[in-house]
Amino acid sequence: MRQEFLNSNQAVAEGAMSAGLNVYIGYPITPSSDLFEYLSEKLPERGGVVFQAEDEIATINALVGASLSGARTMTATSGPGFSLMAEGVGFAAMVEAPLLIVNVMRTGPSTGIATQIGQGDIIQSRWSSHGPYNLVVYAPASAQEAFDYTVRAFNAAYIVRTPAVLLSDAVLAHTRERVTVRESHEVEIVDRKKPAEPPSEYKPYRSDSSDMVPSFAYYGEGYHPIAESLSHDERGYYKTDPRIYRNLVERLVHKVERNKAKLVESRSYYTDDADIVFVAIGSMARSVLALVRDLRADGVKAGLFRPISVWPFDDESFVSSISGAKSIVVVELNQGQLYEIVKSVLWERGIKDMSLHKLDMILPELPGPDEILEEINSRGWRLW
Amino acid sequence: MVVVAQKPLHPLDEYLRTDRLPHIWCPGCGLGMILQAFLWSVKELYERGKIDPDKVVFVTGIGCTGRASGFVNFDSAHTPHGRAIAFATGVKLANPKLIPVVFSGDGDIAGIGGNHLLHAARRNFDVLVIMANNMTYALTGGQLAPTTPFTVYSTTTPKGNPDQPLDATKMVYALKPNYVARLSITHPTLIRESIKKALLKRGFRWIEVLSTCSEIFGRHINFRDPYELYERLKKVVKFRRPQSIDDIKYDWDNEITCGTFIDKDDPGWMETYMKMYGLEDKLGGL
Repeated sequence: MRQEFLNSNQAVAEGAMSAGLNVYIGYPITPSSDLFEYLSEKLPERGGVVFQAEDEIATINALVGASLSGARTMTATSGPGFSLMAEGVGFAAMVEAPLLIVNVMRTGPSTGIATQIGQGDIIQSRWSSHGPYNLVVYAPASAQEAFDYTVRAFNAAYIVRTPAVLLSDAVLAHTRERVTVRESHEVEIVDRKKPAEPPSEYKPYRSDSSDMVPSFAYYGEGYHPIAESLSHDERGYYKTDPRIYRNLVERLVHKVERNKAKLVESRSYYTDDADIVFVAIGSMARSVLALVRDLRADGVKAGLFRPISVWPFDDESFVSSISGAKSIVVVELNQGQLYEIVKSVLWERGIKDMSLHKLDMILPELPGPDEILEEINSRGWRLW
Repeated sequence: MVVVAQKPLHPLDEYLRTDRLPHIWCPGCGLGMILQAFLWSVKELYERGKIDPDKVVFVTGIGCTGRASGFVNFDSAHTPHGRAIAFATGVKLANPKLIPVVFSGDGDIAGIGGNHLLHAARRNFDVLVIMANNMTYALTGGQLAPTTPFTVYSTTTPKGNPDQPLDATKMVYALKPNYVARLSITHPTLIRESIKKALLKRGFRWIEVLSTCSEIFGRHINFRDPYELYERLKKVVKFRRPQSIDDIKYDWDNEITCGTFIDKDDPGWMETYMKMYGLEDKLGGL
């Protein structure tokens, strides 16, 4: 264990190395490139390999190949690169390849503003490509959390055998803070579930256990697994039978939910007696927390619920954090993506006696607490 | 109960998932000959103690050729369209002891996957790519391929192909990887000899194999009969040792140059990188 002064890109890199990263594959893109540069120097010193691919499409497909060959593997990117990866993310989900994608969110859509913060990839990070499946997504809000949740996200990827996404942002990426770096032996590392059966009986997509996750034979071990991007049965054989398709894809969808207790994470601030609960993630949550403290100083009973696992969403903690509240304000740098998640949780839980507000701030910069307050006032809501 | 060892019906059965046969390929298709040449090569190299089949990772993309990954009894992958080379790159990065082999079609490798091909070749990255070229998008019903000859009909160019075709072998030749060959299913023994050689080499190895699709490409050019299409292909296949890149022709009406165009032994990407960073102990021979 050691103390370092790192920005979140560096903290992610340190977290990944402590989590056992072997292969980093990347394509340069602002504001994630310095993470790539940092690992280019540090990872080979630990015996790992760093590879610059020709584009993000190559990156994600190489990650899948590396993952199935036994490497702990990751990349870091930003919006345009994450969009290019979508096809391969669906492939990774289909063949159940654990890997980590760090999306350092910048201003979108399209090329947007490369150096500025955005939060427009929240919905995209939950599903990414066409077709039904679920990913696991964590959104840290400090350099320390960037370290901690990189380790956690790697573990999540191996717990459910699916890609995990770490949603960082341009402000977080380049804000330096003190970070406690733990070495590999000081963090919990979840490994693959090894096959118990001999190769002749191995079925790469069969799960007998309640977690719905198949055991994982790497390439080169004699098990001859097929990574099949087509609909497939337990052996990995292409099948169009609706029942076989349903068995497979329902498992891809539900295995994240099934393992939810091991995956969910959130933090609540001042919510015990709060009349108004804000919801925000990442850097935005830091500004909102400052606003909550300002409001408290003025006698307003405000609180903050900060989802860290964006998917699966920690709805239990969320519901208890709003149990005494009258209104919820979701604050984000987009058209209301986190708002949609919150709205669906309230609907599913049958919570109707609550006024829900969407503070959609479509800005290419992180607002301070005063600017958020100003925005609230400009909407004419009577919150306090 | 007495278990009687089942005698295989064919000497290559151990390299096939026989429960998945028959394959999807049409009568007259040349793809089976290329796959067979590959399987014979692995079998022979294994029997000579040169290769461990459990270390072969057989990677395909999408298309008729792409379906081969489902038929073979190796570690395998049927990747998204065009991504086989990228996937194989990750396999080698993760475990240098593995032998990734990309086996896919012209649309997959030279069309949608062209960028990956270009960069893997210029890096001399340690992967063997076998590209079956039937000059059409066969599985989707006969649309234009990057390799379709100039002015030839396809379902998406009903008045003939206005594009000049891509000579993928000529492009790879220009990038000077360790091994570059173009062969044809009309000369099957040469395919087998070439694959055997390429399997044992480091760096990037490229083998294009001209193939026949009588069902679609043949029908489009009025060579619906497999035998006639085979003869037609044989007529344009010319084996030469090129003196310069301009000697490599891809002309369906006169000559498609075949032969081994490059055979050298420079260090591949893996060896170069691992030595730069003092990681050569992780390299695993082949």
